[in-house]
Amino acid sequence: MIHQYKLDGYNIVLDVYSGSVHVVDDLAYDVIAAMDSGTDEAQIVADISLKYGEDEAEVRECIDDVHELKAQGKLFTEDPFAGLAPKLKHRSKDIKALCLHVAHTCNLNCQYCFASQGKFHGERALMSFEVGKQALDFLAAHSGNHRNLEVDFFGGEPLMNWDVVKRLVLYAREIEGPLNKNFRFTLTTNGMLLNDEVIDFCNEHMHNVVLSLDGRRKVHDRLRKDYAGRGSYSRIVPKFQHFVEKRGDKSYYMRGTFTHFNTDFTKDIFHMADLGFTELSMEPVVCAPGDPYALTEEDLPVLYEQYEILARDMLRRAREGKPITFYHYMISLDHGPCIYKRLSGCGSGTEYFAVTPWGDLYPCHQFVGDEKYLMGNIWDGVTNSALEDEFRDCNVESRPECKDCWARLYCSGGCAANAYHAGGNINAIYEYGCKLFRKRIECAIMLQAAMAEL
Amino acid sequence: MKRIKTLQTKDLKNSAKNGGCGECQTSCQSACKTSCGVANQKCENKKG
Repeated sequence: MIHQYKLDGYNIVLDVYSGSVHVVDDLAYDVIAAMDSGTDEAQIVADISLKYGEDEAEVRECIDDVHELKAQGKLFTEDPFAGLAPKLKHRSKDIKALCLHVAHTCNLNCQYCFASQGKFHGERALMSFEVGKQALDFLAAHSGNHRNLEVDFFGGEPLMNWDVVKRLVLYAREIEGPLNKNFRFTLTTNGMLLNDEVIDFCNEHMHNVVLSLDGRRKVHDRLRKDYAGRGSYSRIVPKFQHFVEKRGDKSYYMRGTFTHFNTDFTKDIFHMADLGFTELSMEPVVCAPGDPYALTEEDLPVLYEQYEILARDMLRRAREGKPITFYHYMISLDHGPCIYKRLSGCGSGTEYFAVTPWGDLYPCHQFVGDEKYLMGNIWDGVTNSALEDEFRDCNVESRPECKDCWARLYCSGGCAANAYHAGGNINAIYEYGCKLFRKRIECAIMLQAAMAEL
Repeated sequence: MKRIKTLQTKDLKNSAKNGGCGECQTSCQSACKTSCGVANQKCENKKG
């Protein structure tokens, strides 16, 4: 399977199953399209030479090049991985990542919060140290030979349970050496409770921090309000700037959410850049279709254009020596994930779980609070074997809609939670998300092609 | 090739031989939290 598209002066041909990316001229673009459609080669020579006013020999040479690439396994590659995906997720029962919901409460009252202001549709609660410690022990005990173990402090707002976060990090540091493990911590925060003590500890111990900011003041303050109805922008931005300045070259992301109210979201990304932030992420809102801020079909062309504007501007900034990073455009063509990862997906419900303040296990943070998806707990492990099987069997091949999609090895079937919320089961697809995803990948690859020329 | 420039990419078929160590980051643990995209994860296996 191949995918061809033209963007910003680049003609790009993706060979789905080899992962190859070709940048071609107009004539080759048409030759490849004609060969893909099964047109007779003599006809291709006649048609293309006429269209471009080129000698027939020129077209024949191009056809020969395409045959050579095919022989090298870089074009028109057949699916060599068929049937592999279902087996992969049954190879191992190791767990390598936990999302610790250390605080099911929040000091902000953001209107669009999928976690219902941190409560995840349940009671407000803080995770105790004992529960967190057991979660870390559970992870280490079930991680097999995996060395890198990821733990995300999440909420609600995790800084509302800061002492427990610190104690858990220090506990992990005690046990990781003897166990030959390496805990990588991430903290996701709204910034309200940041101070120098928190910043210094995070900069020493957190592998990554995710800082929630939606961009321009009016955009941010519209939805990210406190319980008194006041926007949070002016209180958090100086703290985030201070945090990032002290962080040096350690990993962080400014993470925003865009909604129907700011479909011109590149202005928000550029605003973040103007504030001095360079590592940026901006996600489409996840919500019910009827919500006032929900993205609509009419928004799609606008969003597509925004992703193109973003790619173009990132290229300009890179050329000027002031690059910014956009999470969804971070694609390493030569050192990206292996085929196992691309077929298996994110690992929710198999190698990645969310842990509630009470120690219950859910497939991921987006399922927390939905009792149907309770998988077990950190003392007894995964006890809902039917659900475990369902997640183990969920992969890029389990979704019929993905069969002919060129992006299938870039998204591996997509987010199980989005699929469930959009289509009623984890093997459905979230078509709106697919459309945005495909556009992002097209832009990301175009950007790679352009960067290769710098 | 005159009309076709091929970018340096990972050979996915080859990665089936040496890949699968699982040391790479879990997709949702980095920045998105709401949409899976495995393509932007970095491989942590030098052989992969």
